[in-house]
Amino acid sequence: MALLQIAEPGQSAAPHEHRLAVGIDLGTTHSLVATVRHSLPECLPGEQCGILLPSIVRYLPDGSVAVGKEAAEHQATDSQNTIVSVKRFMGRGLDDLEAGARKQYDFVDAEGMVRINTRAGVKSPVEVSAEILKVLRQRAESRLGGELVGAVITVPAYFDDAQRQATKDAARLAGLNVLRLLNEPTAAAIAYGLDNETEGIYAVFDLGGGTFDFSVLKLSRGVFEVLATSGDAALGGDDFDQALATWLRAQGAADELSPEDARAVLVECRRVKEVLSRKDAEVASVALTNGSTLSAEVTRAQFEALTAKLVAKTLTPVRKALRDANLSVEDVHGVVLVGGATRMPQIREAVAQHFGDEPLTDIDPDKVVAIGAAIQANVLAGNRREEDDWLLLDVIPLSLGIETMGGLVEKIVTRNSTIPTAKAQEFTTYKDGQTAMAIHVVQGERELVRDCRSLGRFELRGIPPMAAGAARIRVTFQVDADGLLSVAARELSSGVEASIVVKPSYGLSDDEVAGMLRAGFEHADEDMRLRALREQQVEAQRMVESVQSALDVDGDLLDAPERAEIEAALAALSGLIAGNDGRAIKSALEGINKLTETFAARRMDKTIRAALAGQKLSDLKV
Amino acid sequence: MAVTLSESAAKHVANFLSRRGKGVGIRLGVKTTGCSGMAYKLEYADEAQGEDLVFESFGVKVLVDPKSLPYIDGTELDFVREGLNEGFKFNNPNVKDQCGCGESFNV
Repeated sequence: MALLQIAEPGQSAAPHEHRLAVGIDLGTTHSLVATVRHSLPECLPGEQCGILLPSIVRYLPDGSVAVGKEAAEHQATDSQNTIVSVKRFMGRGLDDLEAGARKQYDFVDAEGMVRINTRAGVKSPVEVSAEILKVLRQRAESRLGGELVGAVITVPAYFDDAQRQATKDAARLAGLNVLRLLNEPTAAAIAYGLDNETEGIYAVFDLGGGTFDFSVLKLSRGVFEVLATSGDAALGGDDFDQALATWLRAQGAADELSPEDARAVLVECRRVKEVLSRKDAEVASVALTNGSTLSAEVTRAQFEALTAKLVAKTLTPVRKALRDANLSVEDVHGVVLVGGATRMPQIREAVAQHFGDEPLTDIDPDKVVAIGAAIQANVLAGNRREEDDWLLLDVIPLSLGIETMGGLVEKIVTRNSTIPTAKAQEFTTYKDGQTAMAIHVVQGERELVRDCRSLGRFELRGIPPMAAGAARIRVTFQVDADGLLSVAARELSSGVEASIVVKPSYGLSDDEVAGMLRAGFEHADEDMRLRALREQQVEAQRMVESVQSALDVDGDLLDAPERAEIEAALAALSGLIAGNDGRAIKSALEGINKLTETFAARRMDKTIRAALAGQKLSDLKV
Repeated sequence: MAVTLSESAAKHVANFLSRRGKGVGIRLGVKTTGCSGMAYKLEYADEAQGEDLVFESFGVKVLVDPKSLPYIDGTELDFVREGLNEGFKFNNPNVKDQCGCGESFNV
């Protein structure tokens, strides 16, 4: 059974219509997946590990593939088969790679994109990325308990068409339907709800583990345009660890260290860096393999002095992007911080000082891109109606709907829906060969048409003759900002259409509206019973008609006593329809169902015999 | 006449409400639609409407409009885990049958 989520007021999804969609931040160093649940965006953790999945893929000797932490552990020992930072190779040819990067793996030049020779064969960056996406997809499907309708995947703003296409291909390979590729800075801006502002210039400062990206966005009418991007592909949080490690080694005169010790020092420095974002001082201490201990206290002021050059280095691309976009810092309405390294107070201070304004930091900088992508995915999957983005103008005072069989009201737009709004529902024909349908538009809270207010009627003609229940007629209710209601009906296979326009509030005073509402509440119990009764009556009528027509056609399949028994039951049911005993109708219905089982089986046999008559067994395609 | 929350449901609702940053409680109701007759409505409530019936469970307000009450009277909303997935479930004594997924029901 599907588990329910809490929706925003007035936005409960129709059954089976909550569509699972996720946002994926496919990053250079790590990737993560987020979704919107209970109307709140959240990142989904893996079964064992946390939210961040290291973007590392290892091809194992036994033919299996490890992704994430498990793969990361073998980064040093099995480097040729453990692919890190594959994002740097997406959509790139061998010529595009820097000389240093070319030695990293056993690259094979191929048309369009480099390939990497691993023990599992030659792999393209698309295949490697697909492995990461597969893990995230499985994570999302097990956390959400269902299949995903689609994903929004983020890419750097500077990605060209080849890199974007490669990302899409990777998603397809991982079995994900890409709703849209979204620029990372735009996703960050969406996470902060900046798309709800009317317009403005925003900057996104993204300092990750190994890369720095700075983007200037222009928002107009809810759409972001990237005005300029700049950055430094070799500047990130890792450089801050390195700066601290160099200092620490100088303190202990530990110039010559084994690779193992050097790595341990780096890990410790990373920890100290993170602690210094919260505390003013921390002791760095590493036990070396030779038995000695490298230890020193670092104050935040010391760390800031050590890394001042790196901080200053981030501001060069910032100036460049603003210059490219022909803007000055005063033009920027807000700066969003993205990437774990922006937790460092000296970065925040530098940004605040440069722009003369505090940056936006409320959302975890590691998650902000994925969260923005999830919000976008939720909208694109249809879980949030587009009109939510409109200004709240007014609400509909009484529900609007149409009459269905039995004089019942099917509400299509419920009261208190904000306008403008549009809702559609599908209906079907009641009788075989029915070519027209009367649409009766009503208003009110009661369950029966006679207790509601009639707003207008129109007919949809030209429905192609089909069996009852086969036609699909889509009825759309649209209420514009002025409260004008237009109702359209369209038969989907033939495209025939008919519509009407009415003003529902016309001639209704506030008192009358209040009266109709009160009546709806007072008669709730009675209406519930009446509705159930009418549904039984409609069902009974349908049963009488279909059994009668079967008797007319295939009456000869029954002997006289059998036929008499069915006819008697039909007569009894017909007699009950006019009455108001819903339970009696229901049990009579069930009785006929049972009684006609043999009859139905014989009719089925006859049809099959007729279909097979005169045909050779060998001609039949089974 | 009451609609209640289990302790675990109340805890989660309170948590969601505080993260959402607004809302007086949750609104439970039904819509007369869906593959099996009725569909549940589960929404945040930003304000109580005049006619609403207000119940309280473990400090969380549950709002029900009088039209929906006959269909869900006696219901306990629970928060359950199924594998890694988790969410809310209506334990509704009025239900005669429901579609396989439980999102839609009949009384």
